Amino acid sequence: MAKFILNGESMTADVESDTPLLWVIRDELNMTGTKFGCGIGTCGACTVHVGGRATRSCITPVSSVEGAEITTIEGLSEKDDHPLQVSWKNLQVPQCGYCQSGQIMQAAALLKDIPKPTDKDIDAVMGGNLCRCMTYVRIRSAIHEAANAIEIKGVQS
Amino acid sequence: MLKRIVYGVSGAVIIGLGLFSFYAWNPSIDPITPPVKSDYSQQVIEQGKVLAAAGYCSTCHTPAGGKPYAGNYEMHTEFGTIYSSNITPDVETGIGSWSEEAFNRAMRSGVSRDGHHLLPAFPFEHFNKMTDEDIRAVYAYIMTSVPAVNQVKKENGIPFPLNIRWLQAGWKLLFADTQSFQTNDNKSEQWNRGAYLAEGIAHCGACHTPRNALGGEKYDQMYQGADIDGWIAPSLTATSTSPIPWRAQDFYEYLTTGNSPYHGSAAGPMAPVMHKGLSALPEHDVQAISLYFADHSGANESDDPAANANLQAAIKAQHTQADLRIDEGARLYATACQACHYSSDELVKGRPLLTLGSATHLEQPTNLVNVILDGVRSDQGISGVVMPGFRDALSDQDISAIVAYLRQSAGQKPWPELQQKVTEIRNQPRFEQ
Repeated sequence: MAKFILNGESMTADVESDTPLLWVIRDELNMTGTKFGCGIGTCGACTVHVGGRATRSCITPVSSVEGAEITTIEGLSEKDDHPLQVSWKNLQVPQCGYCQSGQIMQAAALLKDIPKPTDKDIDAVMGGNLCRCMTYVRIRSAIHEAANAIEIKGVQS
Repeated sequence: MLKRIVYGVSGAVIIGLGLFSFYAWNPSIDPITPPVKSDYSQQVIEQGKVLAAAGYCSTCHTPAGGKPYAGNYEMHTEFGTIYSSNITPDVETGIGSWSEEAFNRAMRSGVSRDGHHLLPAFPFEHFNKMTDEDIRAVYAYIMTSVPAVNQVKKENGIPFPLNIRWLQAGWKLLFADTQSFQTNDNKSEQWNRGAYLAEGIAHCGACHTPRNALGGEKYDQMYQGADIDGWIAPSLTATSTSPIPWRAQDFYEYLTTGNSPYHGSAAGPMAPVMHKGLSALPEHDVQAISLYFADHSGANESDDPAANANLQAAIKAQHTQADLRIDEGARLYATACQACHYSSDELVKGRPLLTLGSATHLEQPTNLVNVILDGVRSDQGISGVVMPGFRDALSDQDISAIVAYLRQSAGQKPWPELQQKVTEIRNQPRFEQ
């Protein structure tokens, strides 16, 4: 039995301890915003926050998040109005959209640690999040826009 | 003449064996009915609870998913497999019939109530440094507050002749430090408190001091680092290969949060040491331990790590990226590791800079590879934060490429036969909790 906090709510799931967290989130708890990409932690589509840190959920066994606080794209903001979600819409970042929840979760973690990232910082931190539609240039712009919005409004991410 | 020599030698051997038997023999101490809570003050029991935690008694006396203190935790030593004893107050299978005197003797000299010698996997030579009052408190807690569990200890897998228990007396004679704790008058009271805890109940040297071929601690190389349970317990002295010296405040941060931004996170067998162990101690005791170890590391307390040239170089180095099309290690690092293991111009706690981390600078890649394979759970390192494990995601070739890239970026010479080493580390048994 796995126990953790998902988007602020206590959850239990009756699964084997080595079940990947991603499967528990999608198949047991029916939160399908988080996507399955490569399954080996090298594409970023499955990124969620564990303890506020971006984590590849496809290679994280559920046993290792016992008691931890997990946030998925569904729980990033109350009204889908996280500065990144706003700038994502403004700049029409997604094309097919499949990788985008992972991109946004990774970017949110980036802005917490590095509030005013340079292009180099963005490339370094976001380099593990692949996008087959090649939306990278818009992703980078949207992160800068969100960083500015957070700075101007003092919005807490 | 020859006869005389033969008689003489035989006589000496017989006398020697006689004396050794006398030395090796210990009487059985009479069984008792277990004490009850009212036999001790609540304060003593509480004190025992804190000390039992700080000695990680339950870590080695509880297997994964098992009942606390009921034993059968599996230890793989180079002498064979050992299972820990049931130390719950169960009269039949635990230590329920042990008197305070029997418990004190076991803690001080590694002798069971019935007189047989315990194996030195039980670090009695450290517990011998404790005061009688502290040992009594641990006894009071275990006997009155730990639920009794009826569970028979599994047979050890120690081969003949090492399984002959009275030979342990010889081991003790040769290797065990039988001295009680000695106060160092040249050091502060706080230092001595740290020494008392570290050398005694916390038995830090049991892992961090190298051992000789027969498993005795080499006291002349105290805390200089050793292989333990498939991990490396790094040196805590000036022989440390860490690029940034450990100050008392670094030890304190590491021991209280599971991570030092300048050195790394507590994974493997070190994780329960702080999260289940030292976290029970009052703040001033952890400060005392930190002060004691900073004295061993020789770090200058007023040095600012942020201004350290090694830190500056490590931060700068991450901005010059290798050609990802050519360098496989750099490419894998960029996709699998860098999202978290990258800091901008300042080091951020929770974004460990691996070119700075102790694991990258050890003599063997053991700790670094262990963490890449199995990650860091929420109850290890920084609480509530995890690192995924790449055991089923990356091949030995992939992992050795990443490790070689990191090692090179850290300015260290390559680890020899790395890929073979990664395979060995992948296949070694994992048994820590």
